Amino acid sequence: MANARNLRILVAKPGLDGHDRGARIVARAFRDAGFEVIYTGCHQTPEQIVSTAIQEDVDLIGLSILSGAHRYSFPRVLELLRENNAEDISVIGGGIFPLEDIPVLKEAGIKELFEPGAKLSDIIEWVGKNIIPRREA
Amino acid sequence: MGKQIISESALDRIEKEHAEWLEEYRKALAKVPKRLERFSTVSDLEVNQLYTPLDTQRRDFFEQIGFPGKYPYTRGVQSTMYRGRHWTMRMFAGMGNADDTNKRFHYLINHGETGLSTAFDFPTLMGYDSASPLARGECGKCGVAIDTLDDMGRLFANINLEEVTTSMTINPPASVLWAMYIANAERQGFSRKKLGGTIQNDCLKEFIAQKTLMLPPEASLRLVTDTVEFGTKEVPRWNTISISGYHIREAGATAVQELAFTIYDGITYVEEAIKRGLKVDDFAARLSFFWNSHIDFFEEIAKMRASRRMWARIMKERFGAKNPKSMLMRFHTQTAGCSLTAQEPYNNVVRTTTEALAAVLGGTQSLHTNSLDEVYMIPSEQAALIALRTQQIIAEETGVTNVIDPLGGSYFVEALTDKMEQEAMAYIRKLDELGGMVAAIERDYPQMEIADAAFHFQKQVEAGDKTVIGVNKYASDRPELEFVLKIDDQIEREQIERTERFKEKRDKVGFQKAMDELVRRCEGPPCWNNNVMPALIEAVRAGATEQECCDLYRNVFGTYTDPGSF
Amino acid sequence: MDIVQRIVSGDVRTIARLLRDIDDELPSARSVLQGLYPHTGKAHIVGFTGSPGVGKSSLVDQIATFYRKESKTVGILAVDPTSPFTGGAILGDRIRMQRHFLDPGVFIRSLATRGQFGGLSKSTNDMVNVLDAAGKDLVLVETVGVGQDEVEIANSAHTTVLVMIPGMGDDIQAIKAGVMEIGNIFVVNKADREGSRKTVRELMNLVELGVRRRNGDDWEPQIIETEAVKGRGIDKLCQTIEDHKAYLKATGSQRWRETVEKRTRIQLMGALRDRVLKAVLEKIEQRGDSIDNMVAKIVDRQSDPYTVVQQIVESVLT
Repeated sequence: MANARNLRILVAKPGLDGHDRGARIVARAFRDAGFEVIYTGCHQTPEQIVSTAIQEDVDLIGLSILSGAHRYSFPRVLELLRENNAEDISVIGGGIFPLEDIPVLKEAGIKELFEPGAKLSDIIEWVGKNIIPRREA
Repeated sequence: MGKQIISESALDRIEKEHAEWLEEYRKALAKVPKRLERFSTVSDLEVNQLYTPLDTQRRDFFEQIGFPGKYPYTRGVQSTMYRGRHWTMRMFAGMGNADDTNKRFHYLINHGETGLSTAFDFPTLMGYDSASPLARGECGKCGVAIDTLDDMGRLFANINLEEVTTSMTINPPASVLWAMYIANAERQGFSRKKLGGTIQNDCLKEFIAQKTLMLPPEASLRLVTDTVEFGTKEVPRWNTISISGYHIREAGATAVQELAFTIYDGITYVEEAIKRGLKVDDFAARLSFFWNSHIDFFEEIAKMRASRRMWARIMKERFGAKNPKSMLMRFHTQTAGCSLTAQEPYNNVVRTTTEALAAVLGGTQSLHTNSLDEVYMIPSEQAALIALRTQQIIAEETGVTNVIDPLGGSYFVEALTDKMEQEAMAYIRKLDELGGMVAAIERDYPQMEIADAAFHFQKQVEAGDKTVIGVNKYASDRPELEFVLKIDDQIEREQIERTERFKEKRDKVGFQKAMDELVRRCEGPPCWNNNVMPALIEAVRAGATEQECCDLYRNVFGTYTDPGSF
Repeated sequence: MDIVQRIVSGDVRTIARLLRDIDDELPSARSVLQGLYPHTGKAHIVGFTGSPGVGKSSLVDQIATFYRKESKTVGILAVDPTSPFTGGAILGDRIRMQRHFLDPGVFIRSLATRGQFGGLSKSTNDMVNVLDAAGKDLVLVETVGVGQDEVEIANSAHTTVLVMIPGMGDDIQAIKAGVMEIGNIFVVNKADREGSRKTVRELMNLVELGVRRRNGDDWEPQIIETEAVKGRGIDKLCQTIEDHKAYLKATGSQRWRETVEKRTRIQLMGALRDRVLKAVLEKIEQRGDSIDNMVAKIVDRQSDPYTVVQQIVESVLT
């Protein structure tokens, strides 16, 4: 009776803004979709986020930010994942991004960006299609 | 039961004809089905198809409605309202460094703005200088970066601080920024007795909703009470707390939750100040409030009218206030940021106009109208001007300001006002049972109520039960805006260097002495002799940066982490 | 380096991945656990139980801070409930342990109960073994605090800490009902709240009652007041954990051996039960039969549970 692997997702808020409405709604929706969600609250540094992602062996990191500091924190998370040989962990973002930043962030390796108005069902569908739990170690 | 205005015989006839009408209405609906299964406000409060005197007949006019400037102030806090003067048009502004923001202040004043409102960047809001490793990428992005007394001086350069009132949206570090404001004003030759303005300084709603977290609740309340005490004695024209529902609503609360939790926060601050030994009538008049004006027009008007009545009753009955000024709920309003859409952003002008109109009909004392681009970032000059003009058009063209409380007596508005009060009072009783707001926060009670409401609304939008034009109906893509404000990443380095130079210049002995005194006061029992404000003013004069003062707080009082339960 | 070596040398990524494989019941994990077992037996295992909201995570956070100052390494397993409706979970205990996120001497893992009724997941004991083999001096296990998890954690840990807050009358009642023997240390957290002294007094009375039933050299449960968020009482709590450890390991005493044997026995029985049941179910399936069929027959009164079990045992196990 080999179980199907549960997806594990880290929902994290980098930066100093405390607008956690979106992060909390998405965390709940992930739980209701049957995923295991690790939620670390507001004001996380990229270093804390990556350390948590590795210790918790997550498949995906969802970053939520509304402070405008994504141009620093998103690429830094990706860089730290690479430094720790953990680039197999995917990263998506939610929040408000100036249009010109979107291609830059995607180029840097953010798999998808969800903006205000994104449907929970679309986010979950995206995760289901694109995030496959890794095989055995 | 109160004194009825309509006679029993007239009511009988209304009741009879209402029943007949209802019959016809139902028959007609059988042929043309209802648009919706259920009609409810944006907060999902169900509303009837029609309101009549039957919904308000049992209410005593004098107890429930009355006259403007008269208890219970349902119709407004002044007898004159907008026939005297309009509300203060106060646009929230702040970006980049102090010079950039000072330029925006002058721009807005030149275009008819009547009060200043300062938006600080996230490091400043959290009590960090721009050089902190936690501040990387944040400097000047969502507001202005203020580290030092010099920054404060440049922020308000060439502005008469005895004439213009200034609001500063700052919470855990409010005492520090206020000390800088006072020290700067005095350096410019203004008297602290004549300074008018507001510090938001509402730590409770941070734990509940906005999560700008620094110190544990008890220590936060102690500092808030220090500022109330200092203001009462030294800066008499200053509003020492702006008790804010805005952020509670933005976090997803319903209108009733916003009303109840905010008023309960107010109750808590009053209790703390009384515990400190202040008399309620000596300080209560300097407490002000801050509401969100969301998209559901009548719900907002009813909420604001109910809020005045509730606060007046609570101050009189719960706290025994005697001075009518202590009973006045004076409030600022901001249109709802969370109602704006990134899709078709020009529609945001329409939303903001509707919300601003509700705030005016609700009797606000001061108003910020969101700019259409605020869903993306802090406003561009062009968008901020449209937002300011929106207020000016409402004030000077539409005629809605000619009559005081023009919706007073509307069967629907009065019934909804009553409903708001009843439901909010139920929450207030619940919070009393839980042992007060701090105990409730520790149990995550208000946080969970809000999270549930936010999730419920999101589900309603996704199911199409609530409509957001351009998002879940007539959906379209996000277009390129023609004006977009960009904050240069370069600002961060310049600000760090400026603060570094400032620190090098200060007298180390004087600085240390001032900081030692601040520690002594923080460690001592809360009382006037240990009030932090005089020591803070000395410390910032001696060159202490914002973070140095806040680190001192963190060392003495400890820090706080959001429980984050679901 | 093979996986076992990487884990013994403390490689974080490998440890984290193995814990996941254990949780997901991958067969490969079992062979790694076999290889790790000789490296276990060194860590002191402390379990924390008590209702949700009493501040277990904050206590664990403070205890980790205390031991880090003594240069001891710490592994933390924090269990949160799985939603019975969706199978998903939100694991948020880490929030209160943020200061350790960048400390390589602390490994924190959140786990979901995944269908277990109590407050521990099925894989908790195996995960403790991994952290033990990875060289953690101390492994702290935080339960959900529901159902019978006091009993479960007492069977898994060397030292069991029961956490409560002032004014929790129900919990004291529960203790009277028989869990008194389980707690080695009782913590009254949030001791600044009203009623703390009263709760302590009630606990003391219970401890005294218990003492009369015990032998002279038995461990007397200790009662400690703490304010976890302010770090108050933590030194004393950690010292008491050390005292309890010293008590178990006292020379000339069989207590340590008994404790370890008890823990091993329970784990062995658990593992045996799981494996045997799994093997039996596989055999049934191979025969082309199924539990569903058997249930249907029993419900239709064509057979009965006693006969069905008898048949299975005879056909599968002989």
